[in-house]
Amino acid sequence: MTSAVVTAEIYGERRSLRLAEWQLALPLALAFAALFLAPLLLLVATSFFNDDKITEPGFASWAKFFGDPFNYKVIADTLLLGLKTVCATVIVGYPLALVYMDLSPRLQKVLLFIIIMPMLLSVVVRTFAWIVVLGREGVVNQALLGLGVISEPLRLLQTELGLVISLTQIEMPLMLLPLISVMSRLDPNLRDASAALGASRWRTLFTVIVPLSAPGLVAGCLLVFASSTTAFISQTVIGGVRLIYLPLVIWQQSLVVYHWPLAAVASLSLVVSVLTVIAALSYLGRRSSRHLQG
Amino acid sequence: MQALAPTPQQVAPAGRTLDVDNLTVRYGAAVAVDGVALGIEPGEVVALLGPSGCGKTTLLRVIAGFVRQAGGRVLVDGTAIDHLPANQRNVGIVFQNYALFPHMTVAENVAYGLRARGQRGPSVDQRVERMLEMVQLGAFRARLPRQLSGGQQQRVALARALAVEPSILLLDEPFAALDRNLRLDMQIEVKRLQRQLGLTTILVTHDQDEAMSVADRIAVMNRGKVEQFDTPVAIYDRPKTLFVNGFIGTTNLLPGKIAAVVGDTAMVELGAGATLRLPAPQGIAAGSPVVLSVRPEQLVLSPIATTDSWAIEPGLSLPLGSQLIHEARTVDGAALKIVEPRRHTPTEVPRRFCALATDARPSLFPRSTPTATE
Repeated sequence: MTSAVVTAEIYGERRSLRLAEWQLALPLALAFAALFLAPLLLLVATSFFNDDKITEPGFASWAKFFGDPFNYKVIADTLLLGLKTVCATVIVGYPLALVYMDLSPRLQKVLLFIIIMPMLLSVVVRTFAWIVVLGREGVVNQALLGLGVISEPLRLLQTELGLVISLTQIEMPLMLLPLISVMSRLDPNLRDASAALGASRWRTLFTVIVPLSAPGLVAGCLLVFASSTTAFISQTVIGGVRLIYLPLVIWQQSLVVYHWPLAAVASLSLVVSVLTVIAALSYLGRRSSRHLQG
Repeated sequence: MQALAPTPQQVAPAGRTLDVDNLTVRYGAAVAVDGVALGIEPGEVVALLGPSGCGKTTLLRVIAGFVRQAGGRVLVDGTAIDHLPANQRNVGIVFQNYALFPHMTVAENVAYGLRARGQRGPSVDQRVERMLEMVQLGAFRARLPRQLSGGQQQRVALARALAVEPSILLLDEPFAALDRNLRLDMQIEVKRLQRQLGLTTILVTHDQDEAMSVADRIAVMNRGKVEQFDTPVAIYDRPKTLFVNGFIGTTNLLPGKIAAVVGDTAMVELGAGATLRLPAPQGIAAGSPVVLSVRPEQLVLSPIATTDSWAIEPGLSLPLGSQLIHEARTVDGAALKIVEPRRHTPTEVPRRFCALATDARPSLFPRSTPTATE
């Protein structure tokens, strides 16, 4: 057998293998089509009905939703909540990731477990725990009162501050995991090289560590933003009924008012506005880290 | 490689002295560096040579300021630098993996140290240009590190380290990642730049050939201690310990004992069956078991027996370039390697006796010393 024949056979085999691999993805693709794409199309179709009985096609639901200035405020509040949560997780999470990199492998495992732990608990449990922490008689208020920092309990529940605080903890794994995975691939010699060249720790952080960990930072921001803007349970349980975000509007329209076309419009508004911000963030992220992937 | 006329800025003031004084480093209970003392002359290249885990890289990292010592001092030009953080020591370092900043161009990498020192404007650009010309990479200034070959990356790392006019240059296994031919080129290049700048340089390596060819003096390290600190020739010819003896070059070990000491001469009775008259070693009394270490090129083969030769069982003979390597076994079972120049085709007469060459300088070690591993 000549080598040319052998090569041809190997390539032939590879081609059939590639076909087989492609076929392996079919069940998942079908599941996606049936369970994700079809409902999404159904949602789009539902939004183009005028009445809650879904009998009369038209643009009335869209006109009604976007004719009400209140809804613009809800969209803006929802996106702002996401951005505030992203900022808070970056401010807390980035230094934590830096600490993680300096720990011994054993302590790294402990910290990683602590970071992941919120994900092991049900959202409902986590959220109710925050009520205990943030309440009038909660840990935070008791501590601050005891230390004499405040004279009367702070209102943390049913405020955006309390909501951002709890979302920061709840979404923290989504920020830290991509950040840590990118940072642990950084060459530790880079920090030493920077120091040996005379750079201070801050200079090293901002000219070497931050630019090189940007891909992880961007990924973390995207995940936290997407997750916190749609965190219905945390938003309603901690934020209460006075703080209104899009997921609450969707819930009210679909399960309280039973006006599904309006709920569909609200849902699509949420999807589109969140995706727009995510696209902008990832565009900025790609620009800032273009040199890394080339 | 073209020779470059040194410009006034490239000729640094004469190198600094570097003294390491009784330095000890502990990692938990383990002692990585154990009471090391070295005095390094201005402009000298010293190689720290030893197997992995011997403490040579730790010693380098202490000098650079990345690791704090448990005891002892590091002095540059007689002034202790131990209290200074790494970014104030003005020490240039080239890492094994070069550690170039991957998101910066070649020129930005070289300018990094200058900018960290607050320098701005055209003087930085000029300095970067000059450094890149020095390492012959002027045309690559806008490239990113990953667009360069290993040798080019190393030149950038060298230019980056030298751009800030460091007082000491530290090289951490800088040639290990290069292929053999390129390694030789880079060794010559580094040596040329180091001479040109008169920089005191420490080279960490586990490659004895590299240490022998690049360094003025070699500190052979084992288990956190310096076993011998001497010129390459002295280390090869007069190893102080069995470890140094085994780590540098190839050697034959022949067990025996000292039968008698007469004045400066010791009669060494080899287990292989000969009695040799050798210069008496210090501190080994008559009757003590010893190991005679002799280099393969310091043994000769002969077809006839003499008083100071011993019988061998010849094994394979392998031509290796200009040399011929013979394997043999003594009557007491020690394996021997004998190297001779390949001047003629192997003789037909079987040569069943082995002796020391006339200019041989064998070393005697007490046999209680743990035997070398390499």
